[in-house]
Amino acid sequence: MLRDITIGQYYPADSIVHKLDPRVKLMAALIYIISLFTFRGVAGFILASLFLVFMIRLSKVPFSYMVKGLKAIVILMVITAAFNLFLTPGDQVLVHFWIFTITMEGVKNAAFMLVRLIYLIVGTSIMTLTTTPNQLTDGLEKSLMPLSKIKVPVHAIAMMMSIALRFIPILIEETDIIMKAQMARGADFENGNLIRRAKSMVPLLVPLFVSAFRRADDLAMAMEARCYVGGSGRTKMKPLRYKKRDYLAYLILIVYLAGIILLRVFL
Amino acid sequence: MSIILDKVNYVYSTGSAYEIQALKNINLQIEDGQFIGIIGHTGSGKSTLIQHMNGLMKATSGGIYFNGRDIYEEDYDKKELRTRVGLVFQYPEHQLFETTIFDDVCFGPMNQGLSKDEAGLRAFEALKMVGMPESLYYQSPFELSGGQKRRVAIAGVLAMKPEVLILDEPTAGLDPKGRDEILDLIADMHKKKKMTVILVSHSMEDVAKYVQRIIVMNSGEIIYDGTPGEVFRHYRELETIGLAAPQVTYLMHELKEFGLDADTDATTIEEAKKSILKMFR
Ligand SMILES: Nc1ncnc2c1ncn2[C@@H]1O[C@H](COP(=O)(O)OP(=O)(O)OP(=O)(O)O)[C@@H](O)[C@H]1O
Ligand SMILES: [Mg+2]
Repeated sequence: MLRDITIGQYYPADSIVHKLDPRVKLMAALIYIISLFTFRGVAGFILASLFLVFMIRLSKVPFSYMVKGLKAIVILMVITAAFNLFLTPGDQVLVHFWIFTITMEGVKNAAFMLVRLIYLIVGTSIMTLTTTPNQLTDGLEKSLMPLSKIKVPVHAIAMMMSIALRFIPILIEETDIIMKAQMARGADFENGNLIRRAKSMVPLLVPLFVSAFRRADDLAMAMEARCYVGGSGRTKMKPLRYKKRDYLAYLILIVYLAGIILLRVFL
Repeated sequence: MSIILDKVNYVYSTGSAYEIQALKNINLQIEDGQFIGIIGHTGSGKSTLIQHMNGLMKATSGGIYFNGRDIYEEDYDKKELRTRVGLVFQYPEHQLFETTIFDDVCFGPMNQGLSKDEAGLRAFEALKMVGMPESLYYQSPFELSGGQKRRVAIAGVLAMKPEVLILDEPTAGLDPKGRDEILDLIADMHKKKKMTVILVSHSMEDVAKYVQRIIVMNSGEIIYDGTPGEVFRHYRELETIGLAAPQVTYLMHELKEFGLDADTDATTIEEAKKSILKMFR
């Protein structure tokens, strides 16, 4: 039940996208997000769609896997669509009843907004599905390194992120086990009114917090036992190095972004 | 009165890249009053199997019957099933949550719908059974040692007075004395309260000493099911799947090879002693 969360879930496969440098993929996600909010009109939409389909194909991750992430934002999508649908002023009124007015512009806006949201989730999930959390934080650390010049603790942030990411599946599993253990003692997490349900969370949350703190403690101890002192002077076993395919990917990205901008300016 | 598993299959993370079939076509009948041991290599599906027996996990396919009724029927009371089939998880001390030990043990009986007094009585009895000193009853469970926590957690399940008691490696990480105490306690429950007991264990000695029937699991399948004598006869095969027979079995086999009339079905020190004394009579 809890395992269906796709956030940070790596899907192992042997594809060129998997092999790319994580920095490229981070940049690609950023550029794609920018492009989604830059494009206007049908031509831009087609280009963004083609690019997405191309990436999905290349990544060899089953499409069903990417749509899973959409389930989490269904409510957000509905609200966004509703706001755009009802609150966009326009001349071409399609429907009008009571205080609601639906205009042609509203329909268009709602549709584009929905597409943007869906593409955003699917596009970024390509990145998370093809990159292990470790690679991702590595990439982030290296990309943000220049910030350490102005005293931003980049390494510490990256370390915290990778630990947090590492702990997500562990905590999910732990929740599952504790939930089952309490259910074996007759606990009921599903029935009852709001107050009873909130109360029934206590036997779940207390052990969960206790174990999270214990784990954090153990981890800190283990890191210290191995002489962890933070970022300065630390080398990597697998340092990130750009290869030919990474430069090629950057080139494709630039061409894509240029295409989107040109379409916006000239169409 | 029994638990019957009929062609039970279970698959973890169906439809994903990490699909694992943890149970393969399990057929099993557990009679009333038996003391059963389940052994198997790490990851062989023991924990998965026992979580099916009280309905915590739903089989991907197959049926499970408790006292003749299908537990997957729409109107079957799963909560009731769970109080009748008590399950003590691996590392059960991680489920403690109340402010005092006593309250924590009361959690199960209270969920059964008993009054505060009755639940308290049950908790008192259960804590007594597991040998917790009374002076600790109103302490926080988080201040106990690992072994003591384990006892409290087991008491938490015993307090519900289950008919079937399933324990998933109750002695993992305990010292020899603590281990013997807990196992003796479990054997006692089986003898005096006529409870059906299912014990998951990695220790061949423990299993041989206490149980009447051994079920051997290997990568999701039951490969042997019989008395300790019968099962440990296959000690060579057991070794190939990462298990072993009790030391006694090896000793008896060596004595036999030596040309002595040793009973190779002996699995406990007691049985071995008898057989060896007989040889010299
Ligand atoms: N929550 C889960 N999600 C996915 N796979 C799982 C999960 N729990 C167990 N498995 C897999 O199912 C198989 C059986 O696991 P199970 O926990 O039943 O083994 P076990 O016999 O109890 O092992 P152990 O002796 O280590 O406790 C293993 O291969 C394991 O990797
Ligand atoms: Mg287990």
